[in-house]
Amino acid sequence: MSEERALPGCDAPPVGADGILRERGQREVFCGLTGIIWLHRKIQDAFFLVVGSRTCAHLLQSAAGVMVFAEPRFGTAIIEEKDLAGLADANEELDRVVTRLLARRPDIRMLFLVGSCPSEVIKLDLSRAAQRLNQRFSPNCHVLNYSGSGIETTFTQGEDACLAALVPELAFTDETQLMIVGSLPDIVEDQLTRLLVDLGIPKVVSLPARKAGGMPAIGPNTKYLLAQPFLAETGTALDKRGAVHLPALFPFGAEGTTAWLHAAAQAFGVSEERFAQVTAAPRERARKGLALYRDKLNGKRIFFMPDSQLEVPLARFLAGELGMELVEVGTPYLHKGHLIDEIAALPAGTLVSEGQDVDKQLDRVRAARPDLTVCGLGLANPLEKEGLSTKWAIELVFSPIHGYDQAGDLAELFARPLHRRDLLRV
Amino acid sequence: MQLTVWTYEGPPHVGAMRVATGMKQLHYVLHAPQGDTYADLLFTMIERRDHRPPVTYTTFQARDLGKDTAELFQKSARDAYERFKPQAIIVGASCTAELIQDDPAGLAETMGLPCPVIPLELPSYSRKENWGASETFYQIVRSLADKERRPPPAVGPDGPRRPLANILGPTALGFRHRDDVNEISQLLETLGIAVNVVAPLNATPADLVRLGEADFNVCLYPEIAAQACSWLERTFRQKTVKTVPIGVNATREFVAEVCAVAGIAPPADLDCGRMGWWSRSIDSTYLTGKRVFIFGDGTHAVAAARVASEELGFKVVGLGCYNREFAREVRAAAEKYGVEPLISDDYLAVEEAIEAAAPELVLGTQMERHIAKRLRLPCAVISAPVHVQDFPARHSPQMGFEGANVLFDTWVHPLVMGLEEHLLTMFREDFEFSDAAGPSHLGHASAAHAPAAPPAAAPEPAATSGVAVAEAPPATIERAAEPGGWTAEALAELGKIPFFVRGKARRNTERYAAEHGVTTITRETLYEAKAHYAR
Repeated sequence: MSEERALPGCDAPPVGADGILRERGQREVFCGLTGIIWLHRKIQDAFFLVVGSRTCAHLLQSAAGVMVFAEPRFGTAIIEEKDLAGLADANEELDRVVTRLLARRPDIRMLFLVGSCPSEVIKLDLSRAAQRLNQRFSPNCHVLNYSGSGIETTFTQGEDACLAALVPELAFTDETQLMIVGSLPDIVEDQLTRLLVDLGIPKVVSLPARKAGGMPAIGPNTKYLLAQPFLAETGTALDKRGAVHLPALFPFGAEGTTAWLHAAAQAFGVSEERFAQVTAAPRERARKGLALYRDKLNGKRIFFMPDSQLEVPLARFLAGELGMELVEVGTPYLHKGHLIDEIAALPAGTLVSEGQDVDKQLDRVRAARPDLTVCGLGLANPLEKEGLSTKWAIELVFSPIHGYDQAGDLAELFARPLHRRDLLRV
Repeated sequence: MQLTVWTYEGPPHVGAMRVATGMKQLHYVLHAPQGDTYADLLFTMIERRDHRPPVTYTTFQARDLGKDTAELFQKSARDAYERFKPQAIIVGASCTAELIQDDPAGLAETMGLPCPVIPLELPSYSRKENWGASETFYQIVRSLADKERRPPPAVGPDGPRRPLANILGPTALGFRHRDDVNEISQLLETLGIAVNVVAPLNATPADLVRLGEADFNVCLYPEIAAQACSWLERTFRQKTVKTVPIGVNATREFVAEVCAVAGIAPPADLDCGRMGWWSRSIDSTYLTGKRVFIFGDGTHAVAAARVASEELGFKVVGLGCYNREFAREVRAAAEKYGVEPLISDDYLAVEEAIEAAAPELVLGTQMERHIAKRLRLPCAVISAPVHVQDFPARHSPQMGFEGANVLFDTWVHPLVMGLEEHLLTMFREDFEFSDAAGPSHLGHASAAHAPAAPPAAAPEPAATSGVAVAEAPPATIERAAEPGGWTAEALAELGKIPFFVRGKARRNTERYAAEHGVTTITRETLYEAKAHYAR
């Protein structure tokens, strides 16, 4: 339909004084509930109970492939007509559902009540519900709450809200330590922790921990590195607990990982000599890994549709280390504080856009015809049909991509669609 | 509130999307928060659609709630019309927008859009996907069908015309709808009947205007089209063909019903495909009495039960559906096969029922496929909700005579083949052979049906290891060696029973023992129980 018509809206988009294009139209993005998919794998004795509608349940099962689990550690308490009639009853119903759930799953040590669009709109107070339930189930199970609703959170902001809810619960310590903040695949977390320990940092902890009972303590002698660029609220909560943020590039690619580790090294008084010594071997491995894909990616034009807030750091990596040209770097939300170094490291004149008006943005994609478009699953096949190669953004969230030893894998994720396009004769 | 970890049906607005996405030149303006756009990926990924679903979402956020979400809705509707220029628009709300009560219907009406605007009321907190699809299709048909239209005269300038039929019900994201429509259109063609309109799949709003020009309607998917068909029947006096042509016999009946309704003579010789002969051929004897558990949407489940029982000679040991709207039909069928109907959308209840029924084959949805995998049972998929595997590249209908051929292949192939089954039984005790290996064509995933079956040769390792022989109790002595009171000898005997009925034999024996106050289950108890339950 639309493809056959003249392209509207291809004139120069209105860019703000800071060089950033802000749009407020239809957004083709996931809501924060989606974060449950990786958060429940990370915290292995936690259950995520969405208080929402059949739509929420359907989203989770559509995005998460629920069927592979005998009984997944997430579910939805589906609000029904009678729950809408009176909030008192809704609270009773919620207590009943939670009681039954915890009776069935005695292995659960931490329960997150996750707010959704409908629960927010009917103003079901989940923080009070969590307090109430905590009194009943503590200490066997700790009940917390956060909102993953689409009216408040976009995709990865769900993890931000979850971690921010954890921070006030952390025990106090005045021990000197470094905290890695953001959920990473265990293998990546272990790699980065090993490097930091090898640098001579006395204690390295992670938030979130893999078990509810193992969450790190925090205090004024805690310095923290953000492993993910979408942790705005979590950062604020950590600051409130007296922890000190170490600003750095995010650990994507060799340069990003070096800068990230270096920020910690400096804060903990590690000598440059030792830093070079510890990082030399993995840097060399990353260099080799990246070299395999540079020819394929160098000079190729890439367009990021907004999805996970990973877009700016990834664009910096692709432009800086692999020579890709950035057509547009769309992100659902731009945290200027945490991304200040990342934005500065982008090639001059890069178009960064925040928010979305999906039809207009697709017009820009069609006009620019980039070599690769990073986008959500709802847009990928339609763009492929128009002859545009795409990369599923969600794969970047689910795959191990941080650190030196994943730098090559990360490059490969972008090279694969291009390689496949060259390969196919059908 | 209902705790749900997995659901067979999405919310009703997803049903509306299935109708809208199946059609052409129709646009859906959906008042919904950011995040509800996930539904697009169902179509672009599962069905591999190469266009975005024709849906504009308002994607309101918290900051909009304080201001004017109604204005946001109107802007979205206006922009959508300008950009897509559809022949008609449907408007509605998802679960969250329903709560803020912006009244998309009223808002759209006041906008004076230059195309028909059809409002949808889909109560998200009480209804589900199939109901949403049915209601949407019904509302579109009601709004667009021109009530003045009638079938052309029976005899035109070129002589008598062919009867005209509408085929109603197929949508986007339907289980084999694409192929069923081709199959049934061809079948009608063979009978000398022309198709007036197929809808919703691939129909435009303009096509729906002329629904009244058909002589009758074929209600292919009652879950989606029954309501619209009954309105058409009342409004245009079009008869409805209600037989769902799944299986050889149902397809024959379908042909007979179509011919009766169209007022034509039934064909003298009809090619009914290979299924009948394949089933009667001698190699299929081993299919006799195979225990089959069936679960799906009401229509597909009832049809599958008939095919299983009449056309393959299986024994139906369980039958159910997840859509309550079709509970009555499923109950009636369950009574016919002498089983307890299972009407539930709780997959854990379905899993329990399957375990209890101890079937040799499961016919179900993708969820039952996973359950069957866990229980190590063969399974074939017969119904929505769909999965990317349910959109094969090849033509693979469920309906019509070719559909029956497909059913034979897809239901029989997961089973242990006849000869293989004989070998399993004959050589079970052979030291080089392990029935835990399972059917050869299912790979390693199907191995080890073992949980209920400790190896028959359990005592041997103790005897040959040379260690702790003195402490090991002589295995052949009749004593309660196992929880539940099984003697080793009885367990060894149990191990000789084919794996697919072993669980059932074990349960029956234990029930028999409990009911008869037997505390130690011996080999004798096993056979007494067998005789008891065989009656």
